[in-house]
Amino acid sequence: MSGITPSQTVGPYFAYALTPTRYALHEIFSTDLTGPGVEGTKITLTGQVFDGDGVGIADAMVEIWQADSKGSLEHSTLGSGKANSGFKGFGRAESAANGGYTFTTVKPGRVDGADGKPQAPHLGVTIFARGMLTHLFTRIYFEDEASNADDQILNLVPADRRHTLIARKVGDNAYHLDIRIQGGDETVFFHA
Amino acid sequence: MTLIYPRESFFEAHPKHDSPTYRSTAKRHPKQPLIILPHTKTELSGPVYGHEVISEFDNDLTRQHAGEPQGERIIVQGRVLDEDGRPVPNTLVEVWQANAAGRYVHVVDDHPAPLDPNFSGAGRIVTDENGRYRFTSIKPGPYPWRNHHNAWRPAHIHFSLFGHSFLSRLVTQMYFEGDPLFPYDPIFNEIPEGARDRLISKFDLDVTEPEWALGYTFDIVLRGRNATPMEK
Ligand SMILES: [Fe+2]
Repeated sequence: MSGITPSQTVGPYFAYALTPTRYALHEIFSTDLTGPGVEGTKITLTGQVFDGDGVGIADAMVEIWQADSKGSLEHSTLGSGKANSGFKGFGRAESAANGGYTFTTVKPGRVDGADGKPQAPHLGVTIFARGMLTHLFTRIYFEDEASNADDQILNLVPADRRHTLIARKVGDNAYHLDIRIQGGDETVFFHA
Repeated sequence: MTLIYPRESFFEAHPKHDSPTYRSTAKRHPKQPLIILPHTKTELSGPVYGHEVISEFDNDLTRQHAGEPQGERIIVQGRVLDEDGRPVPNTLVEVWQANAAGRYVHVVDDHPAPLDPNFSGAGRIVTDENGRYRFTSIKPGPYPWRNHHNAWRPAHIHFSLFGHSFLSRLVTQMYFEGDPLFPYDPIFNEIPEGARDRLISKFDLDVTEPEWALGYTFDIVLRGRNATPMEK
């Protein structure tokens, strides 16, 4: 039996293939996960990705993965792969020159956790960039969810670092969370 | 299908986040310890993208423009497998690469080597029911970078794969057998020693097409194994 294939950095030159908004290639993925007829509360999520000097990372790729508004993963590899609304649950963004990212999606419902109890609404997040040999896993929660208090995974995180995973509400259905790869207020990353 | 994802195979294969020889990692790795994440349905599931997202010529990087690109025509093929060696069917594979001169079309690539008007260097393939993928391209050139004095990347093709879940997500690079730049490349050498060979494609005469193109085989193993181990 052979072991798994090692990871290598996405490098600085991925955009024309993976996030080709500015190039001729047709796009498979989008920063907008909502299609016509999608059910649930439409939200926008913004933030910036910062390096250890507090400088925005201009060549990062941020991916999000989530349940639908009812907490269903029917659209995923665990379900039929299809959802009535065409919801795919996956988004990909190339960071802007200042490290900024923006997604439009729906607020996810609650998905069962490893302990069988429903988790607080959250997004799975992966970060790729030049200078990252292996991608980083994190999560994004929402500050206006009372269920955060009982979330199994948030409770694994030291209390003084939990806020690095919780997006602030900055307007009607608008949330904001910066991702700090290193340094003061460093985002919590997981070994997934 | 629900798989389990042993952490040992992850540590055994993947480079560490902090690399003393690959300079850009210095400010781009977490200093706090990573927290072990129990695998919930969020991690154990993944997006579904199949043949419907593929366009004509996505699997032939030599036919995306009016003329043919410069360079050595190659065919790259292989299988995408899980840790039990079972095929991963219907999974999206994205590839991108430099042209034969070692230049990317990306706007920030300023290497003074020529762009090729007949080569963009991006492709997509979906694996078949046996986990097989195959695409046609040209052999990418090595290119310089500024990591250290006289630093050159070995020729490589970038790969991005999904597999069965968010945990099997992989971005990597495929290299070519016998590249003289291997000993000098920090990105390649930060892979644990026993796992480096897994990124080196093999010249394959059976894949090579007479009077047409050299063939290379590159199998990819993604995280994930059956919850019930197979009998040995
Ligand atoms: Fe590259």
